[in-house]
Amino acid sequence: MASALVNVPARARRGAVIEIKTLISHPMETGYRRTQLGAPIPRDIIRLFVCTYNGTEVFRAELHPAIAANPFFAFSTVATESGTITFHWTGDNGFSVTESAAITVD
Amino acid sequence: MAVSAFAGEIPRPERRSGYDFMSRETRAMQDDDTANPGLLWVLEGETLWNRKTGAAGRACADCHGDARTSMKGVAARHPAFDASRGRPVSLEQRINRCRTDRQQAPALAWESRELLALTAYVARQSRGLPIDIVIDQRTQPFLDAGRATWNRRQGQLNLACSQCHDDNWGRQLAGNVIPQAHPTGYPLYRLEWQGLGSLQRRLRNCLVGIRAEPYEFGAPELVDLELFLMWRARGMAIEAPAVRP
Repeated sequence: MASALVNVPARARRGAVIEIKTLISHPMETGYRRTQLGAPIPRDIIRLFVCTYNGTEVFRAELHPAIAANPFFAFSTVATESGTITFHWTGDNGFSVTESAAITVD
Repeated sequence: MAVSAFAGEIPRPERRSGYDFMSRETRAMQDDDTANPGLLWVLEGETLWNRKTGAAGRACADCHGDARTSMKGVAARHPAFDASRGRPVSLEQRINRCRTDRQQAPALAWESRELLALTAYVARQSRGLPIDIVIDQRTQPFLDAGRATWNRRQGQLNLACSQCHDDNWGRQLAGNVIPQAHPTGYPLYRLEWQGLGSLQRRLRNCLVGIRAEPYEFGAPELVDLELFLMWRARGMAIEAPAVRP
């Protein structure tokens, strides 16, 4: 399952600071753990999260082992124009999820 | 007879959900649908609800339609009496019965992602509704059995559930506050688990904590205990999927 929840205000006034919240489902296996037989469990984490606003990058986060399962991000940006806010998560084992949300600025 | 007061039982006005014992941050996480990770399971449950499966090639939605109306209040009255089994069944067992009988699909494993997702999706439809467990002639013996388990000392620590959750709620057990054990938000996202879990998983956790041998998932003892706990929390609002520390 690779599902993500994003929360972007549908409408905003030009120049207003808007809060964006994202939540994605991921086990975030650290790579530090071992099985009961002692074999290491390979790392499986999201490495990078990028948010773009009409193609311009507004937020980026690099993730490392032992942060949290199902990482949640809340950040803010300035509503400049109507358009699409795109979210992109990439990680180990070819993990890649893209979500987008529309925003109307007036 | 069923409603007579028992020694140590919490009076109704003093009952509090585990929510009231949580930190402000954890409460905010539960209240915000984009921060509550349980919603990820609800989302998946919605997909499963509409997916055709099994030899019958039927989806839940083909019989039950829109879960938002048909499943409203269902979680609030489970465990409920199942005539064919002659005993109460939990919500998970009810979903699995539908799967094997109507969809002719293999039963989902306990605590599997799919079963948790479907349960969370169904339970979500009862959010805010009061727990409504009806005890009648048929369910009374199972309620009594659940209460007996609740009050029975067990495990190497020789503790009964009631000793912590009826007699000492609100006090500290190491770094944690002991809640009253009202199952208002299951299946819920526990930060310690970093995932969703059922009430039975939580009960098994507690049993391990008192160093007793936990009952198997789906064991009659666990379902009876679930029934007793839901009856004990009757009237309290469903919070599923809740977040707990």
